[in-house]
Amino acid sequence: MNRAHSSIGDHEEALMSRRVEALEKAFEAKGLVPENYFDEFHVKATQEWSPENGARVVARCWTDTAFRERLLGDAIAAVAELGYSMPEHQRKLIALEDTPNVHNVIVCTLCSCTAFTLLGVAPHWYKDLEYRARIVREARTVLREMGTDLPEQVEIRVWDTTADTRYIVIPARPAYTQGWSEAELARIVTKESMIGVSRLDGIGKAPGADAAEVPDGRSGGRVHG
Amino acid sequence: MDGMHDLGGKEGFGKVDYRPGGPVYHASWHERIHALSSLARRLGIFNMDEYRHAIERMAPRHYLAASYYERVLIGSATLCVEKGCVEHRQLARWSGDDFPLSGAIGPGRLNKPIASTFSIGDVLRVKDEHVSCHVRVPGYVRGKTGTVVGRSPASPFPDASAHDMPALSEPTYQLRFLSTELWPGASEEASVYVDLFQSYLEPCTGAP
Repeated sequence: MNRAHSSIGDHEEALMSRRVEALEKAFEAKGLVPENYFDEFHVKATQEWSPENGARVVARCWTDTAFRERLLGDAIAAVAELGYSMPEHQRKLIALEDTPNVHNVIVCTLCSCTAFTLLGVAPHWYKDLEYRARIVREARTVLREMGTDLPEQVEIRVWDTTADTRYIVIPARPAYTQGWSEAELARIVTKESMIGVSRLDGIGKAPGADAAEVPDGRSGGRVHG
Repeated sequence: MDGMHDLGGKEGFGKVDYRPGGPVYHASWHERIHALSSLARRLGIFNMDEYRHAIERMAPRHYLAASYYERVLIGSATLCVEKGCVEHRQLARWSGDDFPLSGAIGPGRLNKPIASTFSIGDVLRVKDEHVSCHVRVPGYVRGKTGTVVGRSPASPFPDASAHDMPALSEPTYQLRFLSTELWPGASEEASVYVDLFQSYLEPCTGAP
């Protein structure tokens, strides 16, 4: 059982459910809940706000230099070309491009802000106290603990989402993907790599781990949730 | 406010409970409260800044012990009570417990119209201000010096907006700081970028 609910037992889980039901009852009593609202929200949160969106942006950036220029200049306009939008209050999107010598990673130390329409709803570990407290101060150690042991020469850039600017990391393209199509490339781009806690190009991977773990975008196998 | 939520750089926390590719929600009530809180904002019952501040106002012990979606629940319920949508004792009756809410809200602060904006490359200091209202300056950059690397379109000033006060919009700036200057002698080397409203910043005059 993970920490998303390990600190509370079944009794507490039941209590939380009852409190949410109580609040929902208050909304219902005032007629505030539109018809089909929860079903529609479910589709948005679990299907529309998908890391597959961000993955398409990354794959396009890798394969189309003119798009890459537009993405690095005005990312909101660039992702709109692919049909993606962001909530009105998120007024700017910045694409952070990794290189073999630069590694970007995103956090929100004050709450849990993310570009969720592109990356999907933030994962539980991103919202946990441990990640928020530590990544700004000891990024190298935290990334190593999470499976990415960056060589000393790689510069780490941590982006704290403290206002309404949002970020997406453009991971470095793996060398083994020469000649792949955009659709094949999109299949290997994970939510974690667009937050910046993992890389796709093998840098920072433990020796020997590579061969077995090279994702196969061409077989159609999905590697991200 | 110097609340428990201001976690950046706090020490003593253990490993991140990292599981790549997990489900979006771990319990059905997580999705339900996410939906309700989103609906409340859409209906204009509260805005994003009020919502963030309501979570910050949770009792520190409660904040630290709660899961993310419990914080969403408590923040949203607190605002629904404060805005007159439902009475606290009604919520408590329906839930069958005392239904703890966040602490009371205090006064916010207004911002002044911006005379001129900062530019990329400017070296700025984060004002050494201690304010008890909502504020989007993480404590770890207070009084610190950074370089502007980007500017974002104007947004409503959160210190006013979170308190339902008239908020003028102003630009935010992405400033680059060095971890070794934020926590001298007690951090690992990295650049740390923080997005800050103009009112939080001042030109850096004289020696750092």
